[in-house]
Amino acid sequence: MKQAFPILAILTGALLSYGLYEALVAAPTDQMQGDVYRIIYYHVPSAWTAFVFFAINFVASIVYLIRRNLKSDAVAVAAAEVGVVFCTVVLVTGPLWARPVWGIWWTWDMRLTSTLVLWLIYVSYLLLRRFTSGAQTPVLAAALAVFGALDIPLVYFSIWFFRTQHPQPVVGGGGSIDPRMLHVWLLNWAAFLCFGLLVFWSRYRLEVLQQEVNETEALEALLEPRESR
Amino acid sequence: MKFLYAAYAATWIIHITYLWTIARRYTRLRDKMTELKKKA
Repeated sequence: MKQAFPILAILTGALLSYGLYEALVAAPTDQMQGDVYRIIYYHVPSAWTAFVFFAINFVASIVYLIRRNLKSDAVAVAAAEVGVVFCTVVLVTGPLWARPVWGIWWTWDMRLTSTLVLWLIYVSYLLLRRFTSGAQTPVLAAALAVFGALDIPLVYFSIWFFRTQHPQPVVGGGGSIDPRMLHVWLLNWAAFLCFGLLVFWSRYRLEVLQQEVNETEALEALLEPRESR
Repeated sequence: MKFLYAAYAATWIIHITYLWTIARRYTRLRDKMTELKKKA
């Protein structure tokens, strides 16, 4: 991965720049919403990327509960944190899009509320990891992550099952989208996914280093009484 | 247009702030590890 990191970083930079150009300049303007619809190219890819990282967290948490493997725990923490960051982007860009289009910043409909709940679940997961110590913390966090992941399909399918203010799906749900818009959309998703992977890898390395520091400190604490005798 | 630019700017402010926190935590932990190794 060390060798692949700079290559992925260059590819990500190129994709993000090209994606930004396509989103702001090349993509056609929406007849109904005007230029403000272009928020879709950051809002939706960020949501999909958050789902990907929450799914990684779910799988890594199950692996941790079965094998008690420290690496899977590090993957779970890193994925949850990166997922929360992307979900934060969704919750910030959503109201910025809603205000000019719907006339309101926020409404308590199913899609928006379930997304906020999803964010709160993973923030709780991170707070649990941050402010509690002890051998059982990763186990409790993994269990929370497994149950928390149940909210992911609820968020995704909420616009199918409930009447919401949020628009119906235009991809994969019987809706239609201009092929040029779809191209820019997928391009930006690829860019954000690559960017997310880079950030995830950095966060994973940080967590592994944290585990090493914890181990070394524990070892020192064991050795200290002997030295003082 | 101001909402569009605000959304794009907010996205990058969130990501850059997060990257900065990762870099800061990494530096702090690396220094701590070096100190621990010196002690040992």
